[in-house]
Amino acid sequence: MSVIEARGLNLTFQTNDGPVHALKDVNLSIDRGEFVSFIGPSGCGKTTFLRCIAALEQPTGGSLTVNGVSPEEARRARAYGYVFQAAGLYPWRTIAGNIKLPLEIMGFARDEQERRVNDVLQLVDLAGFGKKYPWQLSGGMQQRASIARALAFDADILLMDEPFGALDEIVRDHLNEQLLKLWARTNKTIGFVTHSIPEAVYLSTKIVVMSPRPGRITDVIDSPLPSERPLDIRDSAEFIEIAHRVREGLRAGHVDE
Amino acid sequence: MRSLVAVLTVVAALVVVWYLACIPMNIAGVLVEAERAGATVTPTDGAERRATSGIVLAAKNSFAIPATWAQERPRLPAPDQVVNELWKTTVGMNITSKRSLVYHAWVTLSATLLGFAIGTGLGILLAVGIVHSRVMDMSVMPWAIVSQTIPIIALAPMIIVVLYSVGMQGIVPKAVISAYLSFFPVVVGMVKGLRSPDAMQLDLLRTYNASSAQGFWKLRLPASMPYLFASLKIGISASLVGAIVGELPTGAVAGLGARLLAGSYYGQTVQIWSALFGAAILAACLVGLLGLIERALLARMGMAR
Repeated sequence: MSVIEARGLNLTFQTNDGPVHALKDVNLSIDRGEFVSFIGPSGCGKTTFLRCIAALEQPTGGSLTVNGVSPEEARRARAYGYVFQAAGLYPWRTIAGNIKLPLEIMGFARDEQERRVNDVLQLVDLAGFGKKYPWQLSGGMQQRASIARALAFDADILLMDEPFGALDEIVRDHLNEQLLKLWARTNKTIGFVTHSIPEAVYLSTKIVVMSPRPGRITDVIDSPLPSERPLDIRDSAEFIEIAHRVREGLRAGHVDE
Repeated sequence: MRSLVAVLTVVAALVVVWYLACIPMNIAGVLVEAERAGATVTPTDGAERRATSGIVLAAKNSFAIPATWAQERPRLPAPDQVVNELWKTTVGMNITSKRSLVYHAWVTLSATLLGFAIGTGLGILLAVGIVHSRVMDMSVMPWAIVSQTIPIIALAPMIIVVLYSVGMQGIVPKAVISAYLSFFPVVVGMVKGLRSPDAMQLDLLRTYNASSAQGFWKLRLPASMPYLFASLKIGISASLVGAIVGELPTGAVAGLGARLLAGSYYGQTVQIWSALFGAAILAACLVGLLGLIERALLARMGMAR
């Protein structure tokens, strides 16, 4: 059964320079437990599509369901955790306090909050950092804390909007590896927006290639890579072949203009 | 240590300038007294002296210069006279005495604090309303701005008259004027602070399906704290000015404003200056106190580094 189902999805922004087609005729279905990457140049609508799933944007046409209901209902049912490009931790809360934020808002019991904070801190490898303030942590650690915050209330879907975009290559590799392990352990459905071809190929079971003006899907690649993926899989022939196909897809999108 | 030297250098320079300024300011008066006491002054003719500048007089009558720093009613009192008066009317006097500056400062301070509390409370409430309601933003904010364009010295007597006619006098009218001046910086700072969380922070709360009350208590209010304290520091000094101004038109008998007024009635310049310095010291203490509270609170919130 598909967790996220888009049929003929359209989103047009009205601007002073006339209408902008952020999304045009997007069809996609994402199954439970998939790791789906959205890749494409700026303005291709990958972030907009993720925000539609999260009911942070309203599509202007077509249909979109999340867990079989409308995105708005899914949001109210707290069906997903969302990780933004910036960690966005509250400077006045400790790491544990930040992770507790959604739990407090959703009304979890006090001892349940403590238990969950400890669990997710372990999950993102930040055990022992709960009492630190955000400014005492590196950028990579802050982003891990923000992932922990999105995981704390145990939604089935995790939506990530270029979460590692602002981090350097080495930290990024490390976090990619950790994210895969986390995904394997939690069996969540992940939607992941990225600019990076290696990142998309390394992480995903499905790669959605998008292109701009109007924002649309140009290719959907189901990755044949095994679920067990050490970092050096990126040197394998299969990996390079998929990366090549993604690059072709991105190029095709540009030729259209 | 180096910054201490720099601060002391500036203070010393200001004091020197002040002493120097006393000479031309007071020399004419000193010469009149000296002439009466039988000394020979140049020029001897009083009318001619009045037409001569203070600097020239001081140069021609250098014997009289020390006396310019020790007059009883100088045009410009010397720093040591002001400090002496301050010392005499604070430490050197029972604080229940009607001549004690501590007593007068307390009268003004009580109105200041009451006005500051009213102004801050009102300011925060208005800011919360403005941030949450577009209607309030458009209807209240212009009036808040207009209210601050009227000179308080013109408005204060009206407030006192109106409040007196409904039977309120004493501390209340002063506190109202004080609140009138202090609510504005609080509104402006608080609106800015409550709006300081960016779109991403607000989106994050939407993904949790948080209510706007939760958004207020968990995000907007804590985020506004640094802005609030910046405003409070402006607000408290405005409150003090308001309380002093509130004492002027009533012919109040107690308070720093009353000291200023009485000093000007009787030409007691030393008293005026010591009241002015008393007010400045009080304001500095209040702002300093707020700074300490701010440091303690932000440290508790983990926002101080």
